[in-house]
Amino acid sequence: MTDDADSNVAEDPITGEEIELPADVEVGEIVDNPVTGAELEVVSVDPIVLEEAPELEEDWGE
Amino acid sequence: MKVGVCYSRIRKDEKLLLNELRDRGHEVEKIDVRKLTFDVADTHEAFEDLDIVVDRCLATSRSLYVTRFAESYGVPIVNSHETADVCADKAKNSLALEDAGVPTPATKVAFTKETALEAIESFGYPCVIKPVVGSWGRLMAKIDSRDAAEAILEHKATLGHYEHKVFYVQEYVDKPDRDIRVLATDGEPIAGMVRSSDHWITNAAKGATTDVFELDEQARALVARASEAVGGGLLGIDLMEIADPEGGDRYTVHEINHTVEFKALQEAVDIDVPGAVVDWLEAKVASEAAEVTSG
Ligand SMILES: Nc1ncnc2c1ncn2[C@@H]1O[C@H](COP(=O)(O)OP(=O)(O)OP(=O)(O)O)[C@@H](O)[C@H]1O
Repeated sequence: MTDDADSNVAEDPITGEEIELPADVEVGEIVDNPVTGAELEVVSVDPIVLEEAPELEEDWGE
Repeated sequence: MKVGVCYSRIRKDEKLLLNELRDRGHEVEKIDVRKLTFDVADTHEAFEDLDIVVDRCLATSRSLYVTRFAESYGVPIVNSHETADVCADKAKNSLALEDAGVPTPATKVAFTKETALEAIESFGYPCVIKPVVGSWGRLMAKIDSRDAAEAILEHKATLGHYEHKVFYVQEYVDKPDRDIRVLATDGEPIAGMVRSSDHWITNAAKGATTDVFELDEQARALVARASEAVGGGLLGIDLMEIADPEGGDRYTVHEINHTVEFKALQEAVDIDVPGAVVDWLEAKVASEAAEVTSG
């Protein structure tokens, strides 16, 4: 994992692995684990904490 | 201006919008609707002093209430509750289009398996059945035979949530292998794209491809009328081309989306989509302010 100013790392709560995130992540943002594809929600940014994103519900959409 | 953004997920779409607002120096209040309780009497503090609120709720049920509460709090929200209410429900959506004389696929609604089967048989095969609430092509079925119709109706009646007992049955539109999405603000197109696929559900299918769509006069006129039919706003208007048009209509509008995604559109076209959306928000706030001062 690189640790330059343009990226962040955080622990994937499902796999326990560290994943790299863009520098401008914000609370509420959904990010994908690049390996497993799991959707994770950014619940705080300082420090970055990720949680498993809520599952898709039937009334979701446009 | 000070803009509230109601959300429960910041996807690429919301991120594009938030970044554009911030880049232009606007103040942004992120409102995670999962964290709030909405009092029917007192305006929630998150809504105070906002010039406008943008509803980006992914859950239709939340969007319907959030828009209603914002209006009650006296804060302008896009889209309006009226627009959300019509667009959130495919039956209301079809009625609004039909009432406005906008070409839209022939559609019937029935409440029992028996009357739904009658509706299906009246269209003949294939025809289409869709949930009244839902998106991304989920739980839609193309019905090719009476056997299939009976099975689908039985499943929906037995396994479905109550909304699945509202049967929304539609003629199958013989379209080229694509449909059209136009993003518009108060009926004025920002950009359009075609979504192509071998699957009959062309918009959400795996491997669907997108390309820019240049609107002709007829498409522009339809987009304007369709937008007006649902009360205007920031809308995703979906059209299909009629493969073998009988009259002059080359398009049919099958639905209008009120919490429209624009990430895919941005990838398909050269136009600055979030920029155009924010231009429109700015103009809207400016015109509201002008109205207030002129009394
Ligand atoms: N009556 C029809 N005949 C032929 N194809 C259809 C018909 N209705 C829908 N389709 C196809 O299925 C796709 C999805 O339909 P529709 O937009 O009604 O569903 P949806 O779940 O509301 O999608 P979204 O909300 O993501 O736009 C359309 O883009 C079109 O390709």
